[in-house]
Amino acid sequence: MDMNEIKEIFFQECEEQLAELESGLLKLNDGDRDPETVNAVFRAVHSIKGGAGAFGLDDLVSFAHVFETTLDCVRSNKLEPTQDVLKVMLKSADVLADLVTASRDGGGVDESRSRSLVKELEALAHGELPSSSGHDAPKPAAKAAPAAAPAAKVEPPKPSDDSGFQPIPFSFDGFGEEDEPAVEGSLYEVIFKPRRELYSKGNEAALLLRDLSRLGEMSINCDTDALPALDKMDPEASYFSWKISIRTTRSEDDIRAVFEFAEWDCDLEVKFAEEASSNDELPMVPVPFDLSILDDSSSVEEETANERGASEETVAAALSAAETASNVSRAARVAEKKESAAATAAAQNNAAAAAAGAGQTIRVDLDRVDRLINLVGELVINQAMLSQSVVENDATGTSAVNMGLEELQQLTREIQDSVMAIRAQPVKPVFQRMSRIVREVADMVGKSIRLVTEGENTEVDKTVIDKIAEPLTHMIRNAVDHGIETPEKREAAGKDPEGTIKLTAKHRSGRILIELADDGAGINRERVRQKAIDNDIIAADANLSDDEIDNLIFMAGFSTADKISDISGRGVGMDVVKRSIQALGGRISISSRPGYGSTFTMSLPLTLAVLDGMVVTVAGQTLVVPLTAIVETLQPEASAIHSFGANQRLISIRNSFCPLVDVGRVLNYRATQANPVEGVALLVESEGGGQRALMVDAIQGQRQVVIKSLEANYTHVPGIAAATILGDGRVALILDVDAVVAASRGQSMKPEMSLAATG
Amino acid sequence: MSYAVKNLVQGSKELIAFRISDQEFCVNIMSVREIRGWTQATPLPHAPAYVMGVINLRGAVLPIVDLSARLGMKDAEPTARHVIIVAQMKTKVVGLLVEAVSDILTITDENIQPVPEVSSDLERQYARGILAIDKRMICMIELDALFPDTESEVA
Repeated sequence: MDMNEIKEIFFQECEEQLAELESGLLKLNDGDRDPETVNAVFRAVHSIKGGAGAFGLDDLVSFAHVFETTLDCVRSNKLEPTQDVLKVMLKSADVLADLVTASRDGGGVDESRSRSLVKELEALAHGELPSSSGHDAPKPAAKAAPAAAPAAKVEPPKPSDDSGFQPIPFSFDGFGEEDEPAVEGSLYEVIFKPRRELYSKGNEAALLLRDLSRLGEMSINCDTDALPALDKMDPEASYFSWKISIRTTRSEDDIRAVFEFAEWDCDLEVKFAEEASSNDELPMVPVPFDLSILDDSSSVEEETANERGASEETVAAALSAAETASNVSRAARVAEKKESAAATAAAQNNAAAAAAGAGQTIRVDLDRVDRLINLVGELVINQAMLSQSVVENDATGTSAVNMGLEELQQLTREIQDSVMAIRAQPVKPVFQRMSRIVREVADMVGKSIRLVTEGENTEVDKTVIDKIAEPLTHMIRNAVDHGIETPEKREAAGKDPEGTIKLTAKHRSGRILIELADDGAGINRERVRQKAIDNDIIAADANLSDDEIDNLIFMAGFSTADKISDISGRGVGMDVVKRSIQALGGRISISSRPGYGSTFTMSLPLTLAVLDGMVVTVAGQTLVVPLTAIVETLQPEASAIHSFGANQRLISIRNSFCPLVDVGRVLNYRATQANPVEGVALLVESEGGGQRALMVDAIQGQRQVVIKSLEANYTHVPGIAAATILGDGRVALILDVDAVVAASRGQSMKPEMSLAATG
Repeated sequence: MSYAVKNLVQGSKELIAFRISDQEFCVNIMSVREIRGWTQATPLPHAPAYVMGVINLRGAVLPIVDLSARLGMKDAEPTARHVIIVAQMKTKVVGLLVEAVSDILTITDENIQPVPEVSSDLERQYARGILAIDKRMICMIELDALFPDTESEVA
C-alpha cells in the first residue's frame, strides 16, 4: 500500500466524518442535547485532525484543532450550544469540508473566511473558558482513524562514540512557526522516553518534539546515559530519552495531545515544573531503539500501517479511557489499567457503533458494480429469449422445462432487484449539501432560513443522486433568493421572520418524488405574465390558466428577479433545471399559492438502467413508450375524431379536445397518417402542460426493459430516447415522448422544437 | 493474434476481402471484431438511407450499415446468406452488411497499387489502394474515412 492509497482512504473517511459532523450539528441545532451526539461530532473533527496530522496537512490540522477545542467546551458543558454557537459551528464544518477538498484536489480556500471563523471559534472557546490552564476536560476518546503512519523518515541519531557523551541542551526554536511566542504561561516538564515500539511503528521522536515545540518555548535535554558501548549496542533498540521543559499557555492535555499517537509506545510524564523538581533523576531504563528503520523504513512503514490500523482503535480508546480515570503520572500505570480500560473501551465502541446505526459495509469499486449490473441485464434478456423460444416450441406449456423456466424468471427478477439495490443510495448526502447551500446563500442575501429535510434515507440509484444535485442546488438557490421574502417583509405579512424551506423525498409508485417547498411569497403571476409577454414567450392577449402561468418559469430565458444577483437570476434559470430533470427521465412541476409559497415537485425514476414501458406496434415496428408518460389509453371512436385545419386532427375526450399525434408519421415510418379508428390512442402528459394523444397501431403489453444506449455506437435519434432488447432478441426503440410531442407542436414552440431536433 | 502481430512486424498486413454485388473490397483485419450472419434489423427513424437499423449484438445495440448503399451502389436486399462484418471504428462499433466474405489476404505494401484518377469523389474518399490477386481486382477501403467523426453516419 503506498502513501497515495493510504491518503485516498483518509479522504474517503474524511467524507464520512464530515457527513457525521454535519448531521450531528444539525441534530444539535434541532435541540438534541444527547451527549453521544456531541461526542460523535467531536470524534468526527478529532479523527480528521488526527489523520490530517499524519499527512502533514497543516492548514487542515490547525483549523480542525481550533474547531475541536471549541467543541470540547461544548462537550464539557462549558459552552451552551445555542443557535448562534451552532451557526458558527456549521459554518466551520463547511470550511472544514472545503479544507479537506482543497487538500485532496489542490486549489485554494477562502482564507479570510476560515480566518474569521477561527477567531469566532476561539472567542467562543475563550468566552467561557477559565483562563487557568489546569482544566481537566476529558480527553478525547481517540477514535483513531486508521490514518497511516507518517512517512517514517527517521532522523539518524548522531554517530557517537560511547564515552563522555553529555546531555546537550538543544533548542528547537528553529522549527517554530508558532503563531504566538508564548513567553507567559505555566512551565511544564515533560519526560519522554520512547520505547522500541515507537520507532518500529514508524513514529519519530524528532517529529514529536518538533510538534511539541510549537506549543511554546521549550528547551530540551537529551539523556544518553542508557547508551551502551558501540559493540554492545542493539541497533534496533531505543536508548535515548528526553527531558523537556516547556513554557506554554496551553494546557497539559494539549501537550499530551502531541504524543497522542505515540502515547502507548513511550513513557511520558507531563508535570508542572514546580512539582517536577523532586523527580529529577529518574532511573533510566534502557529502552529499545529501532535503528533498522533507518535502513528499511518503507517496509516497516508498510507493516506498521496495517498493524496500526488494526490495533489503534482499541488501544487508543483504552488509553484515553485510562487517562480520564487517573490524573497524575499515569503512563506508568497504563499497563495495569489496560485490561479494565479495554472493557470500557469495548463498551464505548459498541455504543458508538450502535449510535451510528450503520451495519457492516464494504467499499466496492463502482465499475465492478456496473459490470455486474450489465451482466444481470444480459441475463434478464437471455432468460426472456429462452422462455420465449421454449413457449414457441412447446404449445402444451406443462413440461418440466416450463416449470423450471418460471422459477428461473423469478430468480432473475430477484437477482436484478438485488443488484439494483447495490447501487441504490440514500439521498442524504445530497440533502446535506443543500443545507450548506441554504446557509451560505441565506447569509449572502441577509435572510434567515431554516431547511427542513424529510425522507433523507429514501434510496435511489447512484447515478440519479449524482445528477440530481445540480438542478436541486439551482432550485434551492432560487427558493432562497426569490422564494423567501426578506425578514422585514415576512414580518409585515404576519409570518415568522425565519423562512422555512422543506425538502422531502419519498417513494411513490416506483419513482422517487422530491419536493421542494418554501413558505415564501409564491409566484407573482402578474409579473411572470408580464415578463413572458415582454420576452415574446407568449402573446400579449394569451389566455392562460394559473397553472400555465406558473409553468412559464420553466421557459428558456426567463428570470423574474428584478435585479440580477450573483446567486440566481442570470436568465439561465428553471429551464436548465427542467432540462436536466428531463434528461434523467423525470418530470418537474410547480404549484404555488400567492402569499403562502411555492412547491416544486420532481418525479424521477429510481434507476436509469431499467424502465417500465408499454410495448406498442407502430407501422410494423415495435416501440416502447415509458409508462410514466402515459396517463391513459383509449380506443378512439370515429365520432370522437375531428379534423382541424388542413392536416391536424383533434380527439375529444370527455368533452375536451386534444391534438392527435400519429407516432408513425412523426418518426417517418409511414408517409400518410394512419386511420385513428384502427389504432389505439395513448394519452400522454407532456412537459409544457397540456395533453396529447399519441396514435399507435396496437398495444402488445407492458414490461420492464433494460435501457441500452443508442449513442454508444450510433448517435442520437430525434424522437427516440434509447433502445432496449426485447424477449425475441430484437432491438426495440424507446420513444422520447416529449420530443415527439414537441415535434408535433410544429412552429408554435420554437425553442422546444430546436431542442427536440438537437436532443 | 500473435500471428497477425508477427506479420505486422515484417511489414505485411492481413486484410479481409468481401464481395458486394460483382465487386470485391477489403479492409484491414485489425479493425474487424467478428463476422456474423444477417438478422433482421430494427429500422431507425430519421436515419440516412444506408443505415439499415440496429441489431442486438449480445446485449449491445449495433447499428448496421448497408455498405453497398454507403459506397454509392444500389441498396442491398439482405438475405440469410448476407453477412455482417462487425468493425471497430475509433470508439464505436458498427456492423457492415456485405454479400459474402471471400478471402483473407496477407499482403505487403508493394502489392498495393495506387487508386487511378477517377471522377467520383466517393471513390477518392474511401479507396486507399487496389490489389491485383489472381486476376481479381480488390479495392482496399478505409473504414474511418467512410464514417468520419464529424459526419457520425448521419449527415
